[in-house]
Amino acid sequence: MSFDRIMQLILVGGCLMAGAASTAATSAPAADPERPYTVKDGKKVDIGTYKGYLYYGDLCMRCHGPDGLGSSYAPNLTDSLKTMSKQQMENTVINGRKEVNTANDRVMPAFGTNADAVENLDNIYSYLKARSDGVLGRGHPDHLDQ
Amino acid sequence: MKQLLALSACVAACVAALGAAPSLANEALQKLSADSSQWVLPLGNYSSQRYSDLKQINTSTAKNLHPVWTFSTGVLRGHEGGPLVIGNMMYLSTPYPNTVFALDLNESGRIVWKYEPKQDPNVIPVMCCDTVNRGVSYGEGMIFLHQADTTLVALDAKTGKVAWSVKDGDSVGKGETGTSAPLVVKDKVLIGISGGEFGIQGRLTAYNIKDGSKAWVAYTSGTDDMIKFDPQKTTVLGKPVGANSSLATWKGDQWKNGGGGTWGWISYDPKLNLIYYGSGNPGTWNPTQRPGDNKWSMTIFARNPDTGEAKWVYQMTPHDQWDYDGVNEMILADLPVHGKPTHALVHFDRNGFAYVMDRASGKLLEAEKYDPAVNWATKIDMATGRPVLVDQYGPGAQGADHNTKGVCPAALGSKDEQPSAYSPKSHVFFVPTNHVCMDYEPFKVNYTAGQAFVGATLSMYPPPGENNLGNFIAYDANQGKILWSDPETFSVWSGALATAGDVVAYGTLDGYLKVVDQKTGKLIYKFKTPSGIIGNINTFTHDGKQYLAVLSGVGGWAGIGMAAGLTEDNAGLGAVGAYKQLSNYTQLGGVLTVFGLSD
Repeated sequence: MSFDRIMQLILVGGCLMAGAASTAATSAPAADPERPYTVKDGKKVDIGTYKGYLYYGDLCMRCHGPDGLGSSYAPNLTDSLKTMSKQQMENTVINGRKEVNTANDRVMPAFGTNADAVENLDNIYSYLKARSDGVLGRGHPDHLDQ
Repeated sequence: MKQLLALSACVAACVAALGAAPSLANEALQKLSADSSQWVLPLGNYSSQRYSDLKQINTSTAKNLHPVWTFSTGVLRGHEGGPLVIGNMMYLSTPYPNTVFALDLNESGRIVWKYEPKQDPNVIPVMCCDTVNRGVSYGEGMIFLHQADTTLVALDAKTGKVAWSVKDGDSVGKGETGTSAPLVVKDKVLIGISGGEFGIQGRLTAYNIKDGSKAWVAYTSGTDDMIKFDPQKTTVLGKPVGANSSLATWKGDQWKNGGGGTWGWISYDPKLNLIYYGSGNPGTWNPTQRPGDNKWSMTIFARNPDTGEAKWVYQMTPHDQWDYDGVNEMILADLPVHGKPTHALVHFDRNGFAYVMDRASGKLLEAEKYDPAVNWATKIDMATGRPVLVDQYGPGAQGADHNTKGVCPAALGSKDEQPSAYSPKSHVFFVPTNHVCMDYEPFKVNYTAGQAFVGATLSMYPPPGENNLGNFIAYDANQGKILWSDPETFSVWSGALATAGDVVAYGTLDGYLKVVDQKTGKLIYKFKTPSGIIGNINTFTHDGKQYLAVLSGVGGWAGIGMAAGLTEDNAGLGAVGAYKQLSNYTQLGGVLTVFGLSD
C-alpha cells in the first residue's frame, strides 16, 4: 500500500468521523484529528474506535499487552500517546521500529504490508488515544449502535 | 565361555529386535539420565517426569536451603527452560540473542565458553509471546541449540565450537520461529516449530546427529505423506485413521496456514520406540473462518523416531475456539489407573482436562478436569474422545463479532508449557496451573505471510468470586482427583521438580522459589529471587552435595498478560480486589540461582 493510499484512507476516515460526530453526543470534538473518538459513559464508543479495539487485540496486544498498558518488554501505549503525535504513531506502525543494543532487544515489526493494519490505522489510533486521554476504561467497549 | 555365548546371543537378539543399528547417543543418554547426580535431558529423563532420586534436600532439611551462587545471563527478557548438568559442567541458554553458557561447577559457575549466534533482529517481533528459549540438549559430546530464527546448531560441549548448523524454517518471511528445547533420540536431534499465530504449517523435524542432514519431516496438517500417516496402520482411539484424515477436516487449502505449532516438549519410550509430543492451535483464532475439525491441530502424536511414521494420534480439542494448544508435556508413567497397572501417558492440557492414555495403543483411559473452574466443556465423551461442549462458552458457536463472556480457562490454558513433575514413588503428579478466565471475540482477518494471523481479541480475569490467578496442585491420575491445591497470587508459570526427599519445588511469577511437602503442599522453604520465575527447577549433585538450580527472568506470555494486571471484572464476574499488577512485584532480568544446604 502506498503512502498516498494511506493518506487517502486517513482522510476518508476523518470525514466519516466528522459525519458521525454531528449525530452523536461527544466527549471530545471529533473534528480534532488528535482526538478522533466518540466515547459515551466511559464505555460506549463509535464504530471506528470499536474496530480499533478489536484490531488492537489482533495486531498489537501480543506485545503491548491488554488495553494498551504494555508488557514486560513492550511500552505502555496509553503513556506513549501522551507525547507521540498521530503521524509519528502511523509512521511507527507502517515502518516498524528497532532498538537493538547492549541494553535492549526491542523490535516492532513493520505493518505496512498488512492490509488489516493499514485499513484500521485510524481506528487503532482512535482507540488508543481514547485510552491515553483517560476517556475510555479498560476492557471490552460497547459500540454506540448497540 | 557359556556366559559369553549367552551374552552375545542376547546382544544379537537385542540388535535384531531394534531392527537397526543401535545408537550410542541414545544408550549413553539413557544411562546418564539414570544417574541422578546429573541433569542431562530437558525434562530430566525421557519420560519427562522431572523427578530425581536425590534426597539430601528433604522434608526435614529443606528449611536450611539457601542460595550458594548466582549468575547473571546479561539478558532481560523471559527466561524459560532450565540448565543441564553434565559432569562438572552446567549448560544454559537465554532468550534472544540465545546466548549459550558453559559454566564450571568446580568454580561456582566460571564461564568456560560462551556462544552467541548472529541472528537477524527482525525475528524478534515474529515471536508470538516474548523471545523465550526453553533450553539446550546434550548428546554425543555436543550441545544442541534451537535458535529463535529456527537454526539448529551443534556445539562441541568442551569448547563451544560449532560442529554443524542447519536452518530449519523461514522466520522473517513466514513467522516460523524456534523456542522449544531439542531432544536427542538415537542418532537424531528432534525439533519442533513455533508460529501458530502466524499461519505456519506446523511440523516436527528430525536431523541426523552426525552432520545435521535432514532425516524426516512430519507435518501437523496436510496430505497423508506430509503428516506421515498410514491410513490403515495409524490409529485414533484404536481404529485406523483412514485416508486424507487431515485434508478432509479443512475448508479448501486452509491447512496450508493451519498452524499446529509443535513448540512444547517431546518424550520418548525406548521400549516401544515411540516419541510423543503435541500440536498447537489451528490458525486463525477466529473459528468461524476455518470450519471443520482442523486436524491434526490440538493433537497428541505417537511417532516412530526412526522414520517419523505416526503410530497413533488423538485430537483433544477438535475445531478449537479458545487457543487451547495441545503442546504441554507428555509424562510417561507406569501407574495404576482405576486400580489397573497401566503403561500410561499423562497429559495436563491447556484445555483444563488431564488426559490419561494407554501409551502403546493410544486408547483414552481417563479425562478429568484438573481445575474446577473449567466450563467450556462438561466432560470428555469417553467413547468418541470428543469434548461435550457448552455453547454459551463457545466463541465459534456464538459466531464472529460476538463477545463470548466468562470462558474458563482463558487462552493461557489451565496450564501452559511449564512442565509438571511426577513421583514414581507415590504416583502423584505436581502441576503448576493458571486460574484465569476470559472474554473472547473472534472476527475476520486476512493472511499475510510473516504477519500475525490472529483474528480475535480477548480480556482475561480471575474466575468468579476468586482472586488468585494460579494454583500449584497435586493430582492423582488413578482416580482423576486433585489431592491438594496451593493458591498463588499469580499463575504458576515455572516447571516443577519432585524428588525422593518427598519435596516438590516450583517458582512463582513474583519471583519466589518454593519448596513444599509432597503429601500436604505445606510450605517448607521460600526465597525471593531477583525476578519472576518462568524457568524450570532442576537438581544435581556436585562433590556429593545436592543443589537446586533455577533461572529467574519474568516474561513469556505471563509477562504480556499480567505486567499490566488483568482486566477488572469485565464480565461482572470477578472478585473485588482481584486486579493485581505483576509489575509492582518484579522487574526484568535473567539470573540463575543455585541453592544448597548448609554444612
